[in-house]
Amino acid sequence: MTFWEFLGSRHQQLLTDAGQHASAVFQCMVVATVLGVLIGVATYRSEWAGNLATVATSTVLTIPSLAMIGLLIPIVGLGVPPTVTALTLYGLLPIVRNAIVGLRGVDPSLVDAAKGIGMSRTARLLRVELPLAWPPVLTGIRVSTQMLMGIAAIAAYASGPGLGNEIFRGIASLGSKNALNQVLAGTLGIIVLALLFDAAYVLLGKLTIPRGIRV
Amino acid sequence: MSETTATATTGATIELENLTKRYPGNPQPAVDNVSMEIGAGETVVFVGPSGCGKSTTLKMINRLIEPTGGRIRIGGEDVTDIDPVKLRRKIGYAIQSSGLFPHLTVAQNIALVPRMTGWSKARTRDRVEEMLDLVGLDPGEFRHRYPRQLSGGQQQRVGVARALAADPPVLLMDEPFGAVDPITRDHLQDELIRLQHELHKTIVFVTHDFDEAIKLGDRIAVLRERSHIAQFDTPEAILTNPADDFVSGFVGAGAALKRLNLTRVRDVGITDYPTVTVDDPLQHIFDRLRASGSNEILLLDRRGRPYKWLRRGDLMRAKGSLARAGTPVHDTVTRDATLRDALEAVLTDNAGRVAVTGRRGAYEGVVDMETLMNSVHEMLEADRLDALAHQHDLEEARAERTRAEQEGRGGEPAP
Repeated sequence: MTFWEFLGSRHQQLLTDAGQHASAVFQCMVVATVLGVLIGVATYRSEWAGNLATVATSTVLTIPSLAMIGLLIPIVGLGVPPTVTALTLYGLLPIVRNAIVGLRGVDPSLVDAAKGIGMSRTARLLRVELPLAWPPVLTGIRVSTQMLMGIAAIAAYASGPGLGNEIFRGIASLGSKNALNQVLAGTLGIIVLALLFDAAYVLLGKLTIPRGIRV
Repeated sequence: MSETTATATTGATIELENLTKRYPGNPQPAVDNVSMEIGAGETVVFVGPSGCGKSTTLKMINRLIEPTGGRIRIGGEDVTDIDPVKLRRKIGYAIQSSGLFPHLTVAQNIALVPRMTGWSKARTRDRVEEMLDLVGLDPGEFRHRYPRQLSGGQQQRVGVARALAADPPVLLMDEPFGAVDPITRDHLQDELIRLQHELHKTIVFVTHDFDEAIKLGDRIAVLRERSHIAQFDTPEAILTNPADDFVSGFVGAGAALKRLNLTRVRDVGITDYPTVTVDDPLQHIFDRLRASGSNEILLLDRRGRPYKWLRRGDLMRAKGSLARAGTPVHDTVTRDATLRDALEAVLTDNAGRVAVTGRRGAYEGVVDMETLMNSVHEMLEADRLDALAHQHDLEEARAERTRAEQEGRGGEPAP
């Protein structure tokens, strides 16, 4: 059976897996973005808190994904919960780091001006600092998403959803006639999804980054 | 524009009383015991070397920097302890390189304060247009632009428009023209003078450029380290009678020349000159020349504008043709020109005089070297007397205060 014939016969299953993969990554990204920006906002003003947040999130990233999921299984069980937890934790680092860098990078004279014309702390954050920090945050979100696409494949190890199932099934039956096709379909599927997400982010950037600060 | 500015809020007084700022870990205060009264509608310029605390003093007025001691009163109301956000909405604030938010359009930038203070959308929109008009930018063209699509000078104008948008009685300007080129800076200064003429706000302006201070200030506070006031007086008084070596060092060389910038041609006597027009018959021109006593008359064109200087021999040599006779007038000054401009024109003129023109370039009189010299001498002499009298008052006030302190009545300023 050629790869194309394999795709033809299994497209139903592949589409379901791809859909679950995308949806898992997307939902985890939403949670990671909200958490990441909140952590950034909470810590950027203080030197040590900001550094602590960056160090903590990067420590999480150094844990091998397989080990992380393995460690999570006894705590949250099999299936979706360990997947979502692991993906969200991994997704945090680029967002937290870029949020802190972005918020700290806002020109101090602009913050001074915002204060000087009578903006409250909340108004300053929402109307000046976050919009100006948004481009680096969006870059963080893009990087996170690319990373999570790959990591999500490991979730199949904990019976999680997604294209990882194809890859793991292929690896488990190495030598059989469809093994290679399965691994290839899962991998290519992840790459295509990643590219589609990236295109969506470019569009999102066009829509949400104000024209005045677009490069 | 004119109707709204007629109802606009004019300036409020600002009083600083023993204002002090200490930073932790530094035994010397950054600003030490500054007391100052600024009248309503007055433009006061803080000038001093870098790091003298002039900016810190300014930022304590809108409490961007919280004072460690002393009181601030604006319009008689003690604002030292009120909510700083509310306070700042009543004080315009313009800073170096404009401080415009790059992600907002010009209109959004200007609308910020009015919107925050709860103006309706329609009222804010009208106000944005009015403000753009006021600072000389066409609303149709500039409203939807982003700051980066503007030149430095235009950004600075929008910065001033934003500061004035909610019609605050007080305007603080922290080296607002520091980052623009000299020509644009000159324009912006002229604009600010014109604006202030219309609006009568109380302006506190910080700069390290003494010439800018002279040009803009009704009064100048020359500050030395820790914001100690070395001299607080009119530009004229500081130029002619600097209080000490520090001030005269800051005034720099050429105080008399700088003084020329402060007086306009209309303030000095211009002399009348014999004139004829191009339509006068030749015989009349000859008669005038002979009767004038001077060697020269001024020929005006049909609209009464200076056209040529005619000397006695000129008409002879040109064989009676007005078109060929005399030397064309190439430079004139208006009554609004500064004496410095007039001196420049007189110096470059080969006979040392320049025609003064009024509306539509029509002839009004002549300024020559002699009148200039005389008026400058008179002016400097008057300044010196003023400054002396002023210093006398100050010393008396100081003596009064010391006496009061010795009698144990506390540090109340003398009446």
